[in-house]
Order: sequence, then structure tokens, then C-alpha cells
Amino acid sequence: MNATIWSLAAILAMALVTFLLGYVGSRKANTTPDFLVARRAIPATRNAAAISGEYLSAASFLGVAGLVLKDGIDALWYPIGFTAGYLALLLFVAAPLRRSGAYTLPDFAEARLGSANVRHFSTFFVVCIGVLYLVPQLQSAGLTLTTITGLPAWFGGLIVTVIVVINVLGGGMRAITLVQAFQYWGKLFAIAAPTFVLFVVFLASPDRGTQPISDEGVVRFPKAETITVAEQVIKVRVDEPLTLKVHGEIDGRNADGPVFWGRGVYELSPGTVMEFAAGSPVPVVEGSPTNNHDWIRPQTGGISDLLKTYSLIFATFLGTMGLPHVLVRFYTNPDGKAARRTALHVLYLLGLFYIFPTVLGVLSRLYLPQLLVNGKTDAAVLMLPETMVPNLGGQILGAIVAAGAFAAFLSTSSGLVVSVAGVVSTDIMPGKVRDFRWATVFTGLVAIGLALLLPRSDASLTVAMSFALAASTFCPLLVLGIWWRGLTWVGAVCGLVVGGGMVITAQVISVISSYTGRWAPAVISQPALITVPIAFTTMIVVSKATRRRAPADVNQILLRLHAPDPLGFIRDRDIARFGTAEEKARMDEDKRRGAGRTR
Amino acid sequence: MSRHDAGKPEQAAREAWLGEQARKPRRRRVVLADSTKSRGKALRTIIELEEQTSVGEKLVRDLIKQQLKSAFGLAFAVLIGMCLLPITFYLFPQIGDLKILGIPIPWLVLGLAPFPILYGVGWVFRRKAERHERDFVNMVDR
Repeated sequence: MNATIWSLAAILAMALVTFLLGYVGSRKANTTPDFLVARRAIPATRNAAAISGEYLSAASFLGVAGLVLKDGIDALWYPIGFTAGYLALLLFVAAPLRRSGAYTLPDFAEARLGSANVRHFSTFFVVCIGVLYLVPQLQSAGLTLTTITGLPAWFGGLIVTVIVVINVLGGGMRAITLVQAFQYWGKLFAIAAPTFVLFVVFLASPDRGTQPISDEGVVRFPKAETITVAEQVIKVRVDEPLTLKVHGEIDGRNADGPVFWGRGVYELSPGTVMEFAAGSPVPVVEGSPTNNHDWIRPQTGGISDLLKTYSLIFATFLGTMGLPHVLVRFYTNPDGKAARRTALHVLYLLGLFYIFPTVLGVLSRLYLPQLLVNGKTDAAVLMLPETMVPNLGGQILGAIVAAGAFAAFLSTSSGLVVSVAGVVSTDIMPGKVRDFRWATVFTGLVAIGLALLLPRSDASLTVAMSFALAASTFCPLLVLGIWWRGLTWVGAVCGLVVGGGMVITAQVISVISSYTGRWAPAVISQPALITVPIAFTTMIVVSKATRRRAPADVNQILLRLHAPDPLGFIRDRDIARFGTAEEKARMDEDKRRGAGRTR
Repeated sequence: MSRHDAGKPEQAAREAWLGEQARKPRRRRVVLADSTKSRGKALRTIIELEEQTSVGEKLVRDLIKQQLKSAFGLAFAVLIGMCLLPITFYLFPQIGDLKILGIPIPWLVLGLAPFPILYGVGWVFRRKAERHERDFVNMVDR
């Protein structure tokens, strides 16, 4: 009970600081450029902290440690991919994209290719990626609140949605920047401090009720444990026979009392209660290694796991550059050089962060094997401090972690809502501040609706899906658009539809399969290895076939994208549309003067 | 309120965005001119770039090619490096048994090493890209 109070207080403090910083930032935000790109005047280091703060979502804060607990060393490809994606962004898009002066991704597509059609398709995929990324954030918020307080899961998602929407309504991008820069450092502290303390605790007492780390056999319960299956059916694999007490349904048959499980796979219905004795082997949720030998060694899952790893590398390496909430932050840099410096600084900040979840994941393998049974490993980071240090210190550490997790949901969701609402309001609605506010409310409603409807799976897996979607749609559009003169709007639209269509189909199939017994092959849940090359090929081939549709001014556009900043070709698209009267007057004056001189 | 109406200012905005590029950035040009005596020549090169004369187009093409070469070179190096790791682990499982200070080598290779390497590659690229741009400005500004 004490722990709950500590955690709630920490979360409340986090929400309060978020509100306060948002309020401070939003006092001066009243024009559309304020709302959408924070006037493009944010220094590189603060922008980098804001980008990292926005990027480190539930998937990074909770998901990575959870996957390390479950899948072991192969899960380390997630943090590597999440970081490497920024390298690809730095190499291919950061500076040219900023110099394009475009306002949002669809705006870039239209400016580059000169067609409103490609803009509409881009808008659709921005909304898809944004919502697909929002759903796991809200679901993890639910999980966090359930883990801490036992409140129903929908409540946490709803709270996050409400805070985010109110904050974004208040000040848009300008408010969000300050909040997110703060939240990066908040999150780093919230994961680094417990990691240091718990690691010292672990070193000081290597065998407090746990099996030695060198044991290569099956995982065993350190103490007696009672586990209840939550809303979804789970399948567990047993490697070493064990006896346990079950009240509920196994493989569709009623069970009540002691049961013997030999080697094999068992299906457990929701509501089933299992009682394990201390030292009994841990059944592991199907699809993850059952013993420490396979867990500790890389690539023990055979050829299909190998392909899955490659697919993940592709999705994360190429997908980051297509995430709308990441890109929209790059538009807030003053110029192309600053955009490059920001991206480099982000690489450093992310590398610093990702060391810690790995350590926590390994520690939770020793102390929290019960999470392996129902697969809710996202909760590992939240539960670890109290399990390892069962006193006031552990409670306070737990509270810090909970606040950090909440910061993760808040910052990522804010960024996503801002970018999706920005696109919806400027592309579907007339693009005034009021439309932006309506779009914000609309985005929040859609996201929370889907979060409640869709089945919950690991945050990192769901997030990887939106990376796959981004990698198969916007990555080819951006890379080819920036570096290849031959791209036409027909080619771009075909590539978007083919690449995006395939990933969305795969997503639908995997949701259906998760409701009907997980029959879909691994490639369906991580399709980037196939869809990215197909999307690239489609764009190139169709563009070559429709060569005459290439915009006539392509050379000027590429000059704009690549000319160094001091030459002054940079040109922001928003001033003509949304600028204040003063800015417009300045632009008109420039125009007149320029025209006079040319004559 | 239809999409059609919304499309019109859109088109106008695009034309404004494209059309003014030849005349707009006066202020920055003065800064550029401060650093050099032959102001007229620099201006002429910039105008050549804007109007895409054959000289201007050649210059820009060369710059883009240079930047593309360094970006793709580094990206392929990183991607191939990353892709070699899983297949190596798959083909030579005995690597998993090697240890330094009690920690298996693959954990160090995947858990710690990538981050400094990625940052280093990014740093190299930033330096290369900025040097290309400086060379380009110097050439225009001769």
C-alpha cells in the first residue's frame, strides 16, 4: 500500500511538472508556426534532448528490458536498431529535409513532386503510423497503472490521453519542446538511478533466493508464486516436468487441484490461477527460450529467428526516418547544419540511455521469472526495485521508475499527437489554430478507442510494426525524393500504396491470428525484410515508366535541398501560408526589392 | 470548405515558394559579400546556380554526388556490419561460450559496442558533409 502511495505521488509530480512546463512554454504560443514548429529557433542541444525525450517511448523504457528478460541477447537488436535509425536519418535526410523548408511530411512530398495526390496519400500514412505508435503507449500506460495500483487498464490510457490533449491544446509544439527536453533527462535519471542501486544490491548479495547466473538449465521460481492469467489466452511451453496447483482451464478442460505437466505446450484460459512451489521450473510463454543456455547465447532460435532479426534491423534502421513525430522535430531546427548536429547529438543521448534497460532486463531474469509465465514482461522494470529491495528504499526507487515510465508515455504521445494533429489540420482542414485544436481532440479519441479495442502485446513488438510501416512508405519516398532526380509523383504514390498496403495487411493478419491461436508465421509480424525492397523497387520502376511526369523544376528543388546554408537558398514554406502580418510584410518587401534588383 | 477550395491556396503557396527563390535571401548575401572583395563574381555564381545554367547545374550535381557518396558509403558499411553479426552468431555458435570478465562476448558486442560506433560514424559523416559544403561555398565565393 505504501509503495502505491509513493508511486502515485511520483507520477502526480511528473504530471504536474509536465503541466507547469507546458504552461510556461505556451504563454507565448499563439501563431500557427508556434504551434507546429516552435518558430524554428530551438538550439541543437535542447532540440536533441527533446527529440530523444520524445523518441524514448514505452517501448524503450519498459519494452526493451522486458524483451531482454524474455528473449535474452537477441532482444538487444531493438536498442541497436532504435539508435541506428538515427544514423540513417542523419546520413540521408536530416539536413536536406530541413532545407526543404516544408512543414510536414505530406508538405515535403507535395513540394518535391508537385502533386496534391501524393500529399493525400502521405497524409493517410502519417495518420496510420502515428496512431499505430500511439496505441502501445496508451496500452502500456494502462499496464503501468494496473501494476502499481491495481486500477483497471483502460484508466491509465485515458489519463495519459487527457493530459496530453490538454497540454497540446494549450501550446502545441512550442510548449512540447521544453516539456520533452526536460523529460529526456527525467527518464535518464529514472532508469539510471535504479540500475546503479539494484546492480550494487545484486553484487552485494549474489544468491538472495535466486539461482546462480551461471546455471544453464531451466529457470526456477526463487519462492512460491501464484499467477493469474489475465484477459487473453496464453500458451506456455514446459521443458522440464513439474507439478503445480491449477484452478481454471487447461487446453479447454477444467482443472482444480494438483496437476502434473510433462514436456509440451499448454493453453491456459483467462482467469486460470496457478500455484507454483519454490524451486519449481518456470513454464515460459510460447516463442521464447525456456532455458538459460539458449537465453544467454545469440541466434539459438534457428533460421526463422535469424530472418526475424534481419527484418527487425531493416525496419528500425530505415523506419526511424519515416516516423512523423521524429521528422516534425527536425523542422524546428534553424538550418540544415543545425539539423545534422541535432541528429548527431541524439545518437549520443540514445546510446547513453540504452545501456540501462539491458542491465535491468538481465537482473529481472533472476528476480522476476514469474513474468515469463504470462508474458507480461513489460512490467519487469516497474516491479524489479521492490522485489530486489523490499523496504522503503525499494519503494522510492519503484516510484522513480513509475514516474519515468509515465514521462515516457506522456512525451511520446504528446509528440505523436502534435505531429498527427498538425498534418490533419493543415491537410484536411484549413490549418488555423482552431482546426489544430479540433484535430488534437480527434486524434486523441481515435487513439484511445483503438488502444481499448486491440489486443495488448509487447510494446516493443507493436512499435516495431510502425517502424516497418514507416520504413516501407516514407523511407523510400524521402531517400529517393532527396537523392534521385527521376522520382515522379505516380511512382511515389504506387510505392506508398504497395509498401504501406502490404504492411497494413500483415498487421491485420497478425491481429486476427492473435485472436485465433497465433498461427501466422514470424515474417507476418515483422515484414520489413520483404516490404522495404518491394516499396523501393516499385517507386523506381514506376517512376522510370512515367518519366514525363517528373516535375520540371526538379533541378531547382534539389539545389534548394542540398545547397549549403550560407548561400541562403533555404526557404520556409509556412510563412507564405501561416506567417504573421509582420513576417508577410517582410517577405513582400524582399520580393519587391529582389524584383527591382533583378531588373 | 471542400478539398478543391483548399487546393487553390496550396498551389499558390507552392508557386510562391518556388518562384521567389531567385530573389529572396538578400540579407544573407550581404554577409557572404563581406568576406570577399569580388562581390560581383560571387553573386554571379549564385545567380548561375539559381537559374540552372549548365555551369550551375554541374556544380550542384557534383555536390550532391559527393554527399551521396559519403552517406551511402557509411550507411552500407554500418548495415553490412550489423547484418554480418547475426549470421556469424548463427554459423559459429561457439562464440557464445567466450567470455571476458565473466560476461559473454556477444553481450558486450551487442549491448555496449554499437553505441559508440554509431556515434563515431555519425561524427565522421558530419565532418565530411560540412567539409563538402565549405568547399562548395568557397568555390562559389571565389
